[in-house]
Amino acid sequence: MSTPPIYQSTNLPKTLSAAWRSFRIATWLGWQIESNWTDPILFAIYSMLKPLASAAILVVMYGVITNGQFENPIFPYIYLGNAFYIYVGAVMTGVSWAVIDDREHYRTLKYIYVAPIRLPAYWLGRGVARFLTGSFAVLITLAAGVLFLHVPFHPARVDWPLFLLSLMLGVVMLALMGLVLASISLMIAHHFFLIGEAVAGALYLLSGAIFPLEVLPPWLRPLGFAMPITYWLELLRRSLLGDLARGFPTLSGFSNGQLLGILAGLSVLFGLLAAVTYRLCDHQAREKGLIDQTTNY
Amino acid sequence: MSADLAIETHNLGRIYTIRNRRERRIRKEVVALRDVNLQIPRGELFGLLGPNGAGKTTLIKILTTLLAPTTGWARVAGFDVVREPQKIRPRINMVSGGEASGYGLLTVRENLWMFAQFYGLPSREANRRIEELLRRIGLADRIHTKSSDLSTGLRQKMNIVRGFLTDPEILFLDEPTLGLDVNAARDVRRFIREWLDAHPDRTVLLTTHYMVEADELCDRVAIISQGRVLACDSPEALKRRLQRDALFDIEITAPNGLTSAMLEALPGVRKAVLTDDDGGARLNLILAADSALPGVIHVLTERAVQVRHLTKREPTLEDVFVELVGRPLAEEEGSDEQ
Repeated sequence: MSTPPIYQSTNLPKTLSAAWRSFRIATWLGWQIESNWTDPILFAIYSMLKPLASAAILVVMYGVITNGQFENPIFPYIYLGNAFYIYVGAVMTGVSWAVIDDREHYRTLKYIYVAPIRLPAYWLGRGVARFLTGSFAVLITLAAGVLFLHVPFHPARVDWPLFLLSLMLGVVMLALMGLVLASISLMIAHHFFLIGEAVAGALYLLSGAIFPLEVLPPWLRPLGFAMPITYWLELLRRSLLGDLARGFPTLSGFSNGQLLGILAGLSVLFGLLAAVTYRLCDHQAREKGLIDQTTNY
Repeated sequence: MSADLAIETHNLGRIYTIRNRRERRIRKEVVALRDVNLQIPRGELFGLLGPNGAGKTTLIKILTTLLAPTTGWARVAGFDVVREPQKIRPRINMVSGGEASGYGLLTVRENLWMFAQFYGLPSREANRRIEELLRRIGLADRIHTKSSDLSTGLRQKMNIVRGFLTDPEILFLDEPTLGLDVNAARDVRRFIREWLDAHPDRTVLLTTHYMVEADELCDRVAIISQGRVLACDSPEALKRRLQRDALFDIEITAPNGLTSAMLEALPGVRKAVLTDDDGGARLNLILAADSALPGVIHVLTERAVQVRHLTKREPTLEDVFVELVGRPLAEEEGSDEQ
């Protein structure tokens, strides 16, 4: 019997690495999931209103507490920290949430797991869509700050190379932190979503997003200094605000180069941590039969 | 391991440790698989027949690299499932029945295309295969339908296509017709058979608790119960084991205290299974010879049980299962959920 053409074997393209393939398709899938749940106009409105509403809460609280001192340098410090913190939730949770989403919601994790892909690259790809929607939210928040709240922003004074380098390094660092959480998610059940929120909330307080680390009790400060997000936010503020950002004591003793070095070093550390965590959790999840275990609630 | 073997297991076992949610120190061990030894040559459609909780899915999970075994070893396509999962994955695919997996926001074509991409299939080739396979399984008219809009049965058909799409060397089908209606199940069985006929070097490991499916499709069948493989042979050879026996189905009135044990105590009665039936009971007998039947009838008469209908028949896989396990498959269902 002649073999129908449909069943002819196809040699896998050797030049296309499994990691790139995993990342590329996961990016496509992530974007479909992020953007396809409603019609485009509603999606655009939602994407604009959500970050503006979050920023408005912070601005109103700041206005009430400080009696409207929007000229104080602490205001742009808080505003920028809060705006860029959107990336933390978007990238870190975006990468890790893919595990729970695939396992519990779509019931596809086992099929993805047994496919010849690189799971960490797949998770990173799933985070790209959240990074893009997050970038839009950051942009909207910054624009609203500059246009309506007099956040000082002068394009000519911005250190663009430092800003772009810091942003890129920071996103990579957040993605690596997301990988750590994704690996841990292999081991735990549906309610990890709440733990993920708790992690993001704790980092919000510990990484100098809305107030300098000096405000924290002395015993808690080392945790803030151990977080790469602290250095990342400082670099972003410095690149956008210049000397104004140096007015806060936390990291004033460090040069931009030193901060970049620390951020890069901590990112490498998180990269190693992500690799080790993935290996351990993958092994444990297979040992315990957790890869396709669903909670049914 | 021989190069002709697609799957080989040696003393394969799996124990699940279940912790008490309230008292974490209290643990219970459930043996899902014990000492499973299988050798499945390339090109074979091998069936695992057993009730729910028999260990079929556990075995598939181990062979597809989703789960680590507790004891023994297993090789798929010549590679160790624990040490070399990355070498196994490009060569296999799997489909689990009875579940509605897939990305509901994506169309049928998009869902399938995406999985084809994971396996590195060029986009044009993937689309061609998708159209062809959907046509063969009777889903071509739903190619642009969002999978969330498909019925459970149609979604299952989509998943079956996903398994075949990548043209795997070894395909694992875990209860592929579970939950499908009679016609859809027949379509799926025909689809599997056509695929294997067209591609005789491919191997399929199929689990099922439908006797007809195992009998109709499989080259060889392993009967599995409570984690153990009790017998492994072709359906014909398994049935031949009982060919020397005389098999009777008897419809009777209310049993009046009659039990299977009473009948099995009679000379020449190898197995007796008594099941309630609408207003009466059904008695399935495996006798060493026809000459044992009068003894059974005598006991029935003593208990004032009337015979409504009596049939002598050829052995089926169900009889083999009863002979090996001691109970019919339907009775086994749910009795040993893992």
